[in-house]
Amino acid sequence: MDANKVLDAKGLACPMPIVKTKKAIEELNSGEILEIHATDKGAKSDLAAWVKSGNHELIQDTEEDGVLKFWVKKG
Amino acid sequence: MPKEMTTSELAKRIVNHEEIFILDVRNTDEFDDWKIEGGKVEVINEPYFNLLDGVDPIVDKLPKDKEIIVVCAKGGSSRMIAEMLEEEAGFTNMMNLEGGMKAWSEHLEPVKVGDLKDGGALYEFVRLGKGCLSYFVESNGDAAIIDTNRMISIYESFAAERDVQIKHLIDTHLHADHISGGRELAEKVGGTYYLPPKDATEVTFDYTPVEEGRDITVGNTTVKVQPIYSPGHTIGSTSFIIDDQYFLTGDILFVESIGRPDLAGKAEDWVADLRNTLYNKYKELSEDLLVLPAHYSFAKELGEGGLVSARLGHLYKVNSGLQVDDEGEFRKMVTENLPPQPNAYEDIRKTNMGKINPENEEQREMEIGPNRCAVHE
Repeated sequence: MDANKVLDAKGLACPMPIVKTKKAIEELNSGEILEIHATDKGAKSDLAAWVKSGNHELIQDTEEDGVLKFWVKKG
Repeated sequence: MPKEMTTSELAKRIVNHEEIFILDVRNTDEFDDWKIEGGKVEVINEPYFNLLDGVDPIVDKLPKDKEIIVVCAKGGSSRMIAEMLEEEAGFTNMMNLEGGMKAWSEHLEPVKVGDLKDGGALYEFVRLGKGCLSYFVESNGDAAIIDTNRMISIYESFAAERDVQIKHLIDTHLHADHISGGRELAEKVGGTYYLPPKDATEVTFDYTPVEEGRDITVGNTTVKVQPIYSPGHTIGSTSFIIDDQYFLTGDILFVESIGRPDLAGKAEDWVADLRNTLYNKYKELSEDLLVLPAHYSFAKELGEGGLVSARLGHLYKVNSGLQVDDEGEFRKMVTENLPPQPNAYEDIRKTNMGKINPENEEQREMEIGPNRCAVHE
């Protein structure tokens, strides 16, 4: 999936993956896509909940070799 | 800077029924599933990610004059929010729960149940974060533990402080809600690990069977651990009478409820066993026995000093699970409208059978959440 920007949040513990995601998405335009890589398992449910509360859209998420990847479309 | 509060400090305050205010900043699904509870605990939820632009949305909901304990999954997000509340909103009484709910899930609070007739004592270890109860019997330098939890170092330190040797590790049944520490601790201290044989047909390791009529002696006095075969939650479920006064009922009879028969996928088969145990077998025992279950579900079950217990005779008067005369109605109660099953219960059973051996970190994740071993109305 083509992303407009990729954020590497691997190795960061909660709350940093969401804090960084929020900053990164502020720099995008509505409709653009941010790809996030994280290793903190808690990021999964938190990111899904945050996306909803911020009116963004979680388009896809995968997990491979302990790395969680998310694609979020800015609302 | 917010002060750190250990799970042990928090546990002491809860079992002493002190007033506590908690701000839980996990996401709302996790909060709704499982939170810190206790007699005088007030807890509100606001996910940390809703406060990244500022703590304004929450300020009016927080007491200015009380200590506020901030809690999250592992302790990182709660620290950030506690700092923001100090820096941005002028709060001065912020505490952060060290290690968050993950650490809270693992804390065991020992509460003395009472003395034994010929010396020695019985302790109940209350796992406040999950509602699991385990028991430590000490007598004449020896100890037995019943329904040992996974965090075995806590029991080891407790035994070392008292200068007693852990000799017997007994499980009332094959657990589905938490990983037993019995086998691991038995291997470590050279003790004996006991299981009811009917729950152990698929286990991959050696164990000593517990059977009615074969008492276990702790220490060289007469502290008797007497097994009573009491199926229903599992087919092997066994209760224990200790020192003729304490009655460890495992997951068969709780203070406010009774055990559920479905966690091994056999609700229909085991209903009759559960009924027979509760309505016939237990009824033949002394009403004065002090019931000490393997779980509790509600904060109100925590009595003085955090002890969860009740007289058997009293439970026959008040426990709603013991008041159902009609068999059909009983069947319905224990097979329909059951609460959701415990997190990862199938993998927890396999781990307790020795069929799978998850890494430590994975075991911690599997146990997250409430125990859900009881039937409730």
